[in-house]
Amino acid sequence: MTKAVRSRFWHSDGRRLSGLSTLLLLLPFFAVIAFVFIYPIAQLLVISFIEPHPTLDNYARVIDNPVHARVLMRTLWTAALVTALSVVLGFPVAYYMSRARGALAAFVAVCVILPLWSSVLVRTAAWSFLFQRNGLINSALMALGLTSEPFKLLYTQSAVVIAMTHVLLPFMILPIYGALRSIPNDYARAAAVLGASRLRTFLEVILPLSLPGVVSGSLLVFLTALGFFITPALLGSPQEMMISTLVSKQIREVLDWPFAAALVGVLTAFVTLLAIVFSKTLRFDRLMGGAS
Amino acid sequence: MKPPTDRGSLVLGAYVYAVLAFIIVPLVIVIPMSFSQNDYLAFPPTGFTLKWYAEYFDSRQWRAATWLSVQVAFLTAICASLIGTAATYAMVRGRSRLVTMFQILLIGPIIVPHIALAVGLYLFFQTIGLSGTVAGFVLAHTVLTLPFVVFTMAAALGKVDANLEAAAMSCGATRFQAFRFVTLPLVLPSLASGALFAFIISFDEPVVSFFLSGIRQKTLPRRMFEDIEQNLTPVIPAIATLLIVLSIAILLGGHALRSRSKTQSSAG
Repeated sequence: MTKAVRSRFWHSDGRRLSGLSTLLLLLPFFAVIAFVFIYPIAQLLVISFIEPHPTLDNYARVIDNPVHARVLMRTLWTAALVTALSVVLGFPVAYYMSRARGALAAFVAVCVILPLWSSVLVRTAAWSFLFQRNGLINSALMALGLTSEPFKLLYTQSAVVIAMTHVLLPFMILPIYGALRSIPNDYARAAAVLGASRLRTFLEVILPLSLPGVVSGSLLVFLTALGFFITPALLGSPQEMMISTLVSKQIREVLDWPFAAALVGVLTAFVTLLAIVFSKTLRFDRLMGGAS
Repeated sequence: MKPPTDRGSLVLGAYVYAVLAFIIVPLVIVIPMSFSQNDYLAFPPTGFTLKWYAEYFDSRQWRAATWLSVQVAFLTAICASLIGTAATYAMVRGRSRLVTMFQILLIGPIIVPHIALAVGLYLFFQTIGLSGTVAGFVLAHTVLTLPFVVFTMAAALGKVDANLEAAAMSCGATRFQAFRFVTLPLVLPSLASGALFAFIISFDEPVVSFFLSGIRQKTLPRRMFEDIEQNLTPVIPAIATLLIVLSIAILLGGHALRSRSKTQSSAG
């Protein structure tokens, strides 16, 4: 209370908090972030460099061992593929959403946003039902006479890619939708008045202006996909691990902490670097804005 | 814009509805499966039974996991709302250079892969005895949900005219009183919707929970993970259906709160 009273004396206009009040209000936030976020990750990074003795060996093992190198490549490739699929599937939906009005717009929005607020485990479980030997997909294929034997779908990398795309698609749609909505309607009308066909208007006016949304959504999907754990762990094959499932294995089965820490270090450094490089494009608040 | 009647629009519409089906069908499909009499999860489901729901509610293990997740999510919602609102208020009304640092740190928990935080916390919490405890889960989930509370509150607080507080303070209110009696009532619906979203994010959070769960203390997502990994029993569709209903309820609740906050701020 005294703090609040004092700040009033310091700034009689009352609109701005004093530096001290600002600090005190931010303190719990900084404390939690320092204690539960920065410290544990910093500790891991330190371990990756000093155990069993000060060394870069843990990092060398990530690249030197062909099995591990393949895990890295598979992770990058899977994340890129999921991102590309999300653009191809998501852009038209975002475009449609930005044009739709009334009940139709609400329906599309619910379809996009509801999965975002439902558990990743529920969505992953749903895909594991669909991919089973006698699941919906195999039953449908056999009923249509497309195949006589059920396909092996579960525990394949394709299953991981499809389910990850499903989980991450809303993160692509919402930023693109945000970018499309911020384009004034007049632009398309002006292009039409000047004689441009609808296709040309789209290609030369709408598409370039929506690119920031595409870049932002792609980064969001790509960065999240790189560290994805639940879906590869439940739907993927143990022979085709991704970096997160390899980390989990190192900790839970092999108990090789320094190497797991180095893997986490590589992943975190790469993701953070990309986020810093593209910090201007990443608009996280759009996600919440889009949800409203 | 011309009404969309040409062939291009039809193709676009068909494509969009195919993608929407891809998004929605996997979620909807678990609902009929949860009522199926089959012991194995074959498609199409047959008959109608509530026995999988009964199995979930009768199982001590499932009940314990659910109760743990409810406790953690409830406490996380409270912690994240308090810490997040204080920090956002400082960000909106403050003048400090700390604000820039705050914005950078805020993005951290969204950018850094959850697996990295999960593994780091697993090691750290084991050494200080927080692994598998309610406090440990709540701390971890508070970090993960803070950004969402802050984004919600930043949008709401940004709309409240600073002059309202200044007026209250020139009439003799302290800064705290001005916040408590002028600003807080205006942003209360947003605060509630932020807390609601913190609750559901924590309740559904799988990765950090996976690593922090002990042998006895398992959250609902961790129990589900084990069940899906090991034997995939038909209890899972029943739980999934309940969770989807919960998501819909929370989404509707959040929507109602946000539309209330819109009418309030336009009235204020």
